[in-house]
Amino acid sequence: MGANPASRWGLRVLGLGYLTMLLLIPLVMIFYKTFEDGIGPPLDAITSPDGLHALKLTLLMVVIAVPLNTIFGVVCALLLVRRKSKANPVIDAIINLPFAVSPVVIGLSLFLLYGTGGWFAFLGENGIEILFSVPGMVLASIFVSLPFVVRETVPVLQEIGTDQEMAASTLGANGWQTFWKITLPSIRWGVAYGVVLTTARVLGEFGAVTIVSGSISGQTQTLPLFVEKQYANFNSTGAYGASLVLALLALITLFAMNLLKRKEDA
Amino acid sequence: MGISVEGANKRFGDFQALDDVSIDVPDGSLTALLGPSGSGKSTLLRAIAGLEDLDSGQVTINGEDATAKPAQKRGVGFVFQHYAAFKHMTVYDNVAFGLKIRKWKKQETSRRVHELLQLVQLDGLAGRFPSQLSGGQRQRMALARALAVEPQVLLLDEPFGALDAKVRKDLRTWLRRLHDEMHVTTIFVTHDQEEAMDVAGQLVVMNEGRVEQSGTADELYEQPATEFVMSFVGEVNRLGEHFVRPHDMSVSLDRDDGAEEAMVQRIVALGFEIRVEFVLGDGTEVWAQLTRAELQKLELREGQIVYLRPGQTKSFSGDVPPPDGDGASTPQRRDGGDDAEVSAAA
Repeated sequence: MGANPASRWGLRVLGLGYLTMLLLIPLVMIFYKTFEDGIGPPLDAITSPDGLHALKLTLLMVVIAVPLNTIFGVVCALLLVRRKSKANPVIDAIINLPFAVSPVVIGLSLFLLYGTGGWFAFLGENGIEILFSVPGMVLASIFVSLPFVVRETVPVLQEIGTDQEMAASTLGANGWQTFWKITLPSIRWGVAYGVVLTTARVLGEFGAVTIVSGSISGQTQTLPLFVEKQYANFNSTGAYGASLVLALLALITLFAMNLLKRKEDA
Repeated sequence: MGISVEGANKRFGDFQALDDVSIDVPDGSLTALLGPSGSGKSTLLRAIAGLEDLDSGQVTINGEDATAKPAQKRGVGFVFQHYAAFKHMTVYDNVAFGLKIRKWKKQETSRRVHELLQLVQLDGLAGRFPSQLSGGQRQRMALARALAVEPQVLLLDEPFGALDAKVRKDLRTWLRRLHDEMHVTTIFVTHDQEEAMDVAGQLVVMNEGRVEQSGTADELYEQPATEFVMSFVGEVNRLGEHFVRPHDMSVSLDRDDGAEEAMVQRIVALGFEIRVEFVLGDGTEVWAQLTRAELQKLELREGQIVYLRPGQTKSFSGDVPPPDGDGASTPQRRDGGDDAEVSAAA
């Protein structure tokens, strides 16, 4: 493999070049453009009432959707791996749906379900607003980010096997104790990785949320929607500033996990 | 008292893992469940522990019906082939696990854990993680963990199966001594007949989900109830309907009434023991176990014609099919050297 230094260097340059062109340069451009006219304009955009509201709403989505999907994901992974059933492949495929279906389609399906004439339209008629309000946006966020924790947890559960859990039960632990003291600590890195991906997905969700929220400034606008609105209104600096905040939030999530992991390995 | 299983049945899909199995394990004994893989021995052990539900049958532990009890309430210590160490816990926390579940006080837990770590000779390693231990050390930790909660019975599932030969021998001796000190009713599963005979006082031989025979090592060797037991516990030649141990074959150079004519095919020196392979007039292959002195006296060479007289033979009623179809020597062996011999002869 690494016998020929020329080809080794060639591969390295190719790989790094690819990453630089496709990932690094666009992100650096955002950074550069944001601060092109100093720190004032982007700061103004973000600290405007609409901008702050969008930031709060985005964090609210994360705070609601991530824990729910984490609990669901772990329970679902446990069922898929530990309870063998003929329905498992079907359940598995359904869980993957949000990966396969475009977020716009997901948003549209929610719209049909909760909108006028939909099956659940009675909710809105009875004063429980789903569409164009926070509940609908939460539903959309949960939908699009549902598979991550399941997908990251299933292989880890398969790898650890059932010996440790059985050993715990022979030592007197009940199912609940076994889960908290043995299973969860053993799968925590898989779950953590799933949580990071879920968080990143919820932070950045655009398509589904656009449709169900109506993107009303100061009311149902998350950060990605705010970015789009600023951009459409020719306020590029505001758009860049908000984008940068989004990117920073995602980076913080990733670094937080790396830090935890390093602490664990030490 | 002790452990008893009555009429245990267990089916996995099309596979009958346990077929009406009943065993009795006396209180305080050290019993081996011996059999080839797929014989149901591990399933039986797990059923006793409550890790596997029986389709029908009853498990009694120290006089109490345990059939419906979950594993956590059976008071068993279980040791797994691959240790089942809690990887995210230190050696100390592994051993303390059962005590913490039982809400022991910190001081008492600490005293008990260190007592056990001393017993399994891991006292200096309490702060290590399982990944920092060798296989033998991990298995001793698993044993300490199982013993910490003072189980009524100790169940070991191929406990030395994943260890190398030297460590396995040491742990065998050590387990036997431990049992002499603790007197806890112990069952261990193995596919190695030498290991079973070395460690256990009582043996239960299993095959195809059934118990073939139980008894002491001597009883099984001297009075095997079935062809399977005879061939599994020790080595055997088959002569028509008769079975004979290779060390019960007498070799003579003189024609003799009732002796079979045979040609020496191969002479293999295995240290003190000499293995001589013969082919009979009808093509059957057999072998005899001789000492070095016997061989020198006979001055055997390959290709020579000799006369074989089986000493003690055994025959079994024909309801059990022979383990292998060609009627030659059985695939039982004691060491790696024999392995190649048998496959070469087959």
